[in-house]
Amino acid sequence: MTTTKPTLLLVGYGMVGHRFLEALAEAGAAARYRVVVLAEEPRPAYDRVGLTSYFSGRSADDLLLAEEGFTDRHGFEVHLSSPAVSLDPAARTVTTAAGRTLSYDTLVLATGSYPFVPPVDGRDAEGCFVYRTIEDLQAIEAYAAGARVGAVVGGGLLGLEAAGALKGLGLETHVVEFAPRLMPVQVDEAGGAALRRTIESMGVVVHTGIGTKAITVADGRAVGMSFTDDSELATDLVVFSAGVRPRDQLAREAGLAVGERGGIAIDEHCRTSDPHVFAIGECALAVDGRVYGLVAPGYEMAVSVARQLAEQAVQPFTGADLSTKLKLLGVDVASFGDAFGSTPGSLDVVYSDSRSGVYKKLVVTAEGALLGGILVGDASAYATLRPLTGTGRPLPVPAESLVLPAGADTAVSLGGSALPDDAVVCSCNNVTKGTIRAAVTDHQCTTVPEVKKCTRAGTNCGSCVKLLGTIVADELEASGVEVDRGLCPCFAHTRAELYEIVLVKRISTHRRLLAEHGRAPEGSEGCEVCKPTVASIIASLAPVLEASGHILDGEQGALQDTNDHFLANLQKNGSYSVVPRIPGGEITPDKLIVIGEVAKEFGLYTKITGGQRIDLFGASVDQLPMIWSRLVAAGFESGHAYGKSLRTVKSCVGSTWCRYGVQDSVAMAIQLELRYRGLRSPHKLKSAVSGCARECAEARGKDFGVIATTNGWNLYVGGNGGATPRHADLLAQDLDDEQLVRLIDRFLMFYIRTADRLERTSTWLERIEGGLDHVREVVVEDSLGIADELEALMARHIGDYQDEWAATLADPDRMRRFVSFVNAPGVPDPSIRFVPERDQVKPDLVLLATEEQLLAALDPDNAPFPAARILEEAR
Amino acid sequence: MTATATATRVELLSAAGWSPVCDWDLLVPGRGVAVLLPDGRQAAVFRDGSDRLYAVDNRDPFTGAYVLSRGLLGSTSDGRVYVASPLLKQRFDLATGECLDDEGVRIAVHAARSV
Repeated sequence: MTTTKPTLLLVGYGMVGHRFLEALAEAGAAARYRVVVLAEEPRPAYDRVGLTSYFSGRSADDLLLAEEGFTDRHGFEVHLSSPAVSLDPAARTVTTAAGRTLSYDTLVLATGSYPFVPPVDGRDAEGCFVYRTIEDLQAIEAYAAGARVGAVVGGGLLGLEAAGALKGLGLETHVVEFAPRLMPVQVDEAGGAALRRTIESMGVVVHTGIGTKAITVADGRAVGMSFTDDSELATDLVVFSAGVRPRDQLAREAGLAVGERGGIAIDEHCRTSDPHVFAIGECALAVDGRVYGLVAPGYEMAVSVARQLAEQAVQPFTGADLSTKLKLLGVDVASFGDAFGSTPGSLDVVYSDSRSGVYKKLVVTAEGALLGGILVGDASAYATLRPLTGTGRPLPVPAESLVLPAGADTAVSLGGSALPDDAVVCSCNNVTKGTIRAAVTDHQCTTVPEVKKCTRAGTNCGSCVKLLGTIVADELEASGVEVDRGLCPCFAHTRAELYEIVLVKRISTHRRLLAEHGRAPEGSEGCEVCKPTVASIIASLAPVLEASGHILDGEQGALQDTNDHFLANLQKNGSYSVVPRIPGGEITPDKLIVIGEVAKEFGLYTKITGGQRIDLFGASVDQLPMIWSRLVAAGFESGHAYGKSLRTVKSCVGSTWCRYGVQDSVAMAIQLELRYRGLRSPHKLKSAVSGCARECAEARGKDFGVIATTNGWNLYVGGNGGATPRHADLLAQDLDDEQLVRLIDRFLMFYIRTADRLERTSTWLERIEGGLDHVREVVVEDSLGIADELEALMARHIGDYQDEWAATLADPDRMRRFVSFVNAPGVPDPSIRFVPERDQVKPDLVLLATEEQLLAALDPDNAPFPAARILEEAR
Repeated sequence: MTATATATRVELLSAAGWSPVCDWDLLVPGRGVAVLLPDGRQAAVFRDGSDRLYAVDNRDPFTGAYVLSRGLLGSTSDGRVYVASPLLKQRFDLATGECLDDEGVRIAVHAARSV
């Protein structure tokens, strides 16, 4: 291929390399260059920061950073498994391990770092690992299956991540740290002690102040370790996680300037000593003499270089904030600014409670300006404190009130209003409060998801999303933007607010709710939005309201959309489709035969659905009771395909048959489907249960998905397929049957209580303040103290469940609606006609085109013929 | 359109004169029923929450399907009572037949009474 475009060569396709490509595309420069990418690993860039989540169910594919088609769309040529081995700056070429030589006009080195393995004897034995790539994790996972004890060398950030992983793999876990405390770079002695206590209480053994002397090896395998204090430890597996070193070999051997202790030297525009070569991320040595091992500064460098290549102005990179907030083994740890109080004259404000493992320290100036801090055990204040750090202005409230636990008399939590415009709210993407405000005022964003999209704030680690929400809300209010959050013209309340009103005031009719709480004029009819919504709320709460549990009774019958009104799904020609429940997708041959016979007798089109059921199309309203009499007699019940309610719980075949299955996914799916059938909710609910991590049931595409582990079940929530696919997030892991069901009970009822109309769990989870963490606190940790109430509501629903179709067939009042014409019962609707297609029927849409055609078709010489006869003639 | 709450039978006017629809009590406030006219056409008859009676064509002009009788009633903030098509949710003023979401579209209105 010949090209006149200059070649831009990127060596290294990790997180920073990927951000560079993204920024290049964002800056509109992707098409200016022929962009070639050399990746050492066999897969495109993935979320290395979130690497440990591989062990909690995220697959290697889930960790990928680029959306499908990203590199193709921008014309980037990516070569996987193609490490660069040499660089010739004079010839401007790079040679790969396979011997291929590529020319470049501009070279960007994003080679990252490699794990440092201390030069101890035995470090190469079988059973010794590092913790850097997906392949490393896969190797650890495989080896851990035959091991009992695991030890991690290094008690820093990565070391504790690795310890969490070993613990999760079921090993007796040890952490060995050379420094006198854990996380010596981020936290002080007292913070390290708080961290240690909490981690030890989880059963991880912590050894500090000792170095590893050697790995004991027998038959080529690691069997133990010996230490500088002459103690020993028997272990089957060792993970070295003692820090990383910049990968500067390529540049070093090519004669580019490198630092004494490693790192490719760059200027403040990330240029190396060769003007055609840039270096970004962990391989680069910045002008302040530091190598930054965090992703945020790497991103900053990536964006800077991309913009320079697009000939845009950039800020010089002179150094970065080393603030971090993480959750290690479930413990919050945050460290920001001058965490150790090294500024002359700085003072400490400290709160420590060893009972709960909480330690908070703020470093302030004599005037009360915030310099930095350390938070262990409770880092909720991090999002607001970090942006206030280093501004030089005194804190808006006394520092002591910021370290006290929530609920203490003088504890204060700061909202977004306390921050100046230049405060960086999202440190991952370097987004200031001013930029977020501008998204609302200048770009008309009115919701947090819109602001995230517009500014990129909160799209990486997510720790600032809650703060983002308060800034957006404040700004909307301040700019006088009237955001009508009302359900419809009839109600100024949201669906969630109406739910609370209905529950508290025990209102069981739409009419009363509209009269007492509506904003429509007196005598209003309501509308097609609030009627079904209120009917759904009343149905969800029916047992508590002592309203009829049947959705067609009394006023409820008048509020339902046509689908709920006829307990079937309206199709484009006015006919309906019928979906009997097939729990878990398990069905006997006899029942399959009944479905086939019914479909044949009534001339229905049949199709297998995505939810492992069978949909029967083309029934007229007067056929529905006859069809259902047959189905109910054969033991079927309503599948609620017509309702905003639980649809199906899909399953794979599970451990009963599958040679990979570890749990009985079919039994669990049936149990869940029968438990939640008929539950009315803000939108449809879908679920699935997979019998092993291969995930054949696609549970992570569901509102609540369950995946089997060898220890029980992992519960995922907020997944969705459809137009905006979203993988469900892990809510809790390794649950037994009872725990699983209890958490789902609470989750569903909390969703039903707080979601907006037609808001699927995926958007609900993105919208609600605090996101997944908040939902976990409420559902798993019961932070609001409502878990009992949620469980009780679900128990009443389950106790009161009845099959809607069986109950309808048994009641002449409910049956009266199933006629095509009120003045001619028994006469079929002439507009519902079919034509053959692929041995079945489809709607005759020609008939619907004009009324004249329909009337002509009704001519006595041209007698109407039913679907069954069309089929007969077609054969 | 006629208002009464005491009558017992609903009738509809077509080319063939007034013909019976059903007992008043069969109509559910806020909902409709479909009526087959002697010439083969179809009408949708509704009773609103204030016991007023309306009749319009049953055919949804946007889809050609005969489904308007299965829509939900609503009223606008200025008190116009409408039916929302159950298929694609366009709203039709029951007194005038005008589509509230598409100016150029109108459906036929029929006379109905209760006797």
